[in-house]
Amino acid sequence: MKPERDPVTGRLTTGHEWNGLTELDTPVPKPVYFFLIVFLLFCVGYWLLMPAWPLGTTYTKGLLHQDERASVTARVKAAAEQRASWTSMIEVDHAATVLEDAALMARVRETGRTLFADNCAMCHGMEARGGPGFPSLVSGTPLWGATTDALFQTIMVGINSDHPDSRTSQMPAFGRDGILDATQIDAVVAYVRSLSQPIAPTDRIAKGRELFAANCAACHGEGGNGNSEIGVPDLTDTRWIYGGDSASIRQSIWRGRQGHMPSWDGRLQLWQRRVLALYLVDLRRHAP
Amino acid sequence: MIAQLTLGERRAGLIILVAIALVGLAMAIAGGNGPFGVHGALVLVGAIAGTFWLLGHYLDAPPRAERLREYYDDPSKVGVALAMIWAVAGMGFGVWVAALLAWPEFTLDQEWASFGRIRPIHTTGVIFGFGGNALIATSFYVMQRTCRTRLPDQLGAWFVLLGYNLFCVLATTGYAMGVTQSKEYAEPEWYVDLWLLVVWVTYFIVYLRTLAHRREPHIYVANWYYLAFVLVVAMLHIVNGLAVPVSFGTDKSYPLFSGVQDALTEWWYGHNAVAFFLTSGFLGMMYYFLPVRAGRPIYSYRLSIISFWGITFMYMWVGSHHLHYTALPQWVQTLGMTFSIILLVPSWGSAANALLTLNGAWHKVRDDATLRFMMVAAVFYGLTTFEGSFLAIRSVNSLSHYTDWTVGHVHAGALGWVAMISFGSVYAMVPWIWKRRAMYSPALVEVHFWLALAGTLIYVIAMWNSGIIQGLMWRTYNESGTLAYSFVDSLVAMRPYYIARTVGGLCFFAGAVLGCLNIYLTATRAPASSAGDSAVTADPRPPVGAMQPAE
Repeated sequence: MKPERDPVTGRLTTGHEWNGLTELDTPVPKPVYFFLIVFLLFCVGYWLLMPAWPLGTTYTKGLLHQDERASVTARVKAAAEQRASWTSMIEVDHAATVLEDAALMARVRETGRTLFADNCAMCHGMEARGGPGFPSLVSGTPLWGATTDALFQTIMVGINSDHPDSRTSQMPAFGRDGILDATQIDAVVAYVRSLSQPIAPTDRIAKGRELFAANCAACHGEGGNGNSEIGVPDLTDTRWIYGGDSASIRQSIWRGRQGHMPSWDGRLQLWQRRVLALYLVDLRRHAP
Repeated sequence: MIAQLTLGERRAGLIILVAIALVGLAMAIAGGNGPFGVHGALVLVGAIAGTFWLLGHYLDAPPRAERLREYYDDPSKVGVALAMIWAVAGMGFGVWVAALLAWPEFTLDQEWASFGRIRPIHTTGVIFGFGGNALIATSFYVMQRTCRTRLPDQLGAWFVLLGYNLFCVLATTGYAMGVTQSKEYAEPEWYVDLWLLVVWVTYFIVYLRTLAHRREPHIYVANWYYLAFVLVVAMLHIVNGLAVPVSFGTDKSYPLFSGVQDALTEWWYGHNAVAFFLTSGFLGMMYYFLPVRAGRPIYSYRLSIISFWGITFMYMWVGSHHLHYTALPQWVQTLGMTFSIILLVPSWGSAANALLTLNGAWHKVRDDATLRFMMVAAVFYGLTTFEGSFLAIRSVNSLSHYTDWTVGHVHAGALGWVAMISFGSVYAMVPWIWKRRAMYSPALVEVHFWLALAGTLIYVIAMWNSGIIQGLMWRTYNESGTLAYSFVDSLVAMRPYYIARTVGGLCFFAGAVLGCLNIYLTATRAPASSAGDSAVTADPRPPVGAMQPAE
């Protein structure tokens, strides 16, 4: 086929033809060359300034001697130094002093919120109210104590964690391990429920009280008030980690409980763990 | 279909099916109750069914010699049907997986429906299932027309098409069972990869044989692109798929490379899958169907050449822009970024070549939704390649990386470019291969166009917003020098956009369902057309092999 003139553009075709399909012989538009050259020049400049081309075992370092790792290390260091104006006070000062310092507590609230949301909220909830299997941190007494120091320690070592100084708390599996039989457990369940609920006394509850004194009081205390020295929950209030209905209490006694909280030593820096402890104390103060 | 095979091809087909059945049997025995065994059983049952079907027609009359005077479009017909089925399935999973992000409990409490499993079912379903079948179907059509020759044989095309769909089925069902190599867009395990390799090499051979028998002195641009697509995808697939199976009786394998080498290989593969699967292949589609539908010559042959070689050469370098600010050495990042920037020029060259081809046919774009699909595709191609080069700049990437902006960018390309050009080409091709005057309902094509455009815009704009908000929230510090927002804060801020995204996806999905219906009605009910281009024509010229070299 001979080149033909296209009536719309006035251009000739190339003379190639495929099943009626043709091509115009239009020259490459000038902007294509222009931008190719401009972009190429930019790239050559960039290659001269930055690390760019491999040279066997090394590479061209670039005139700016830029190094990604060095620059990010420097920026992290500078940011830490800037932050140190207040984080050093958090690390050194007594908790009581910090709690009285309004300006410092404003920072604790601001930073604690995101630290808590990024690290703690997946178990304890955004509002720190807990959920099934995870205790509320704003109501009642936390298992291992409510003071800043106690909270700080728990955050650092965790509970039943792999930290060498981990807090440990094991409730035995009274049913599974054959310490109590099903009838006895039912009696203890009835008694435990009567501690926090107005239930008329029955023989079973009386029987449960005896069994409780013999098997549970060593940890939970005579009245079931718990002991935060050894991480034992109060059974007389209406706050339950694993549920306060009969079935849940029976399950706890049957299988035992070995709740786990990870250690944040090494995962969060000292000042971050202290901010979290202070944040929780503050949260508890303002809790409704 | 079997009746169209020569007696020799029927015999070869039988041998292939029996061989596949034996492999399936071996897999089923070795794999037992595990996913490998389930896949073995699936292959075995499929191959046995195929064998019986073939045997049922084994003694049919052999095909007439006159068939050689006509193009062979049956594989394209089946390919279009499969592409549309995969489109509906893949996009359906897409809507589901989008809904999961807004309503995470929407997994029906099923293991296989968890996000990590249905997300690759969506991506493989749309990219490989829909896109791949559309490419195979159109490439068979285009290569015959532009070479003015029939496919070299009947069996090869069927093997490629059906074999490829077996690959897609094994891949997606594998994800549901938890079988994955954990490489994005290269999730299938070693045995599925090996099967794809066999299919893909056959595809390449079918293409080369068709070209070798061509009756045209020149090779049309669309064929350059299709051929680059087939060749480079084979190369990428082989290198990135290098892995050592734990044993020949399990699905699990471990990649040959590890650490940052593995990451770089994966993204060299990943970005060139975007380049040669989702760009080159579909540019091949565009270079044929857009000018034919518009009735216009290509704007510039010279621009085609410069764009083709620019794209082909430069894409190979840019994969490392997926690994900015990682353990990857900075000089590799520099090369990825700079080549990404230059790449914009040939990319826009292709988009401009397509849009300028429409000069003199803009009234057709206004009236014809099929051509409008292709025009909008070229516009989105231009937008997406600009965005791609922009996002590859390191400082921009530090904001956009890991955010929904990336997802928006990918979907501007996948919905706006890849799916739009495919729908346009399919709507152009369907009446031609089924010998119909037009689509059954042009009005339905029009509705599909607007649903697709609205869906794409809602999706992409939602993801731009969400991505930029996300990126900014993650890097905002307060006066104390600590992060102003927690990760959960950013998730809460994303929720409205996730819902909008689901709505956009639903529009796009609805359009694909209508398209399916329309194509089915066209194939079965539309009035027949006498004029077609199915004949190789009474072209007396011998194949080009017997001619002088063209230039």
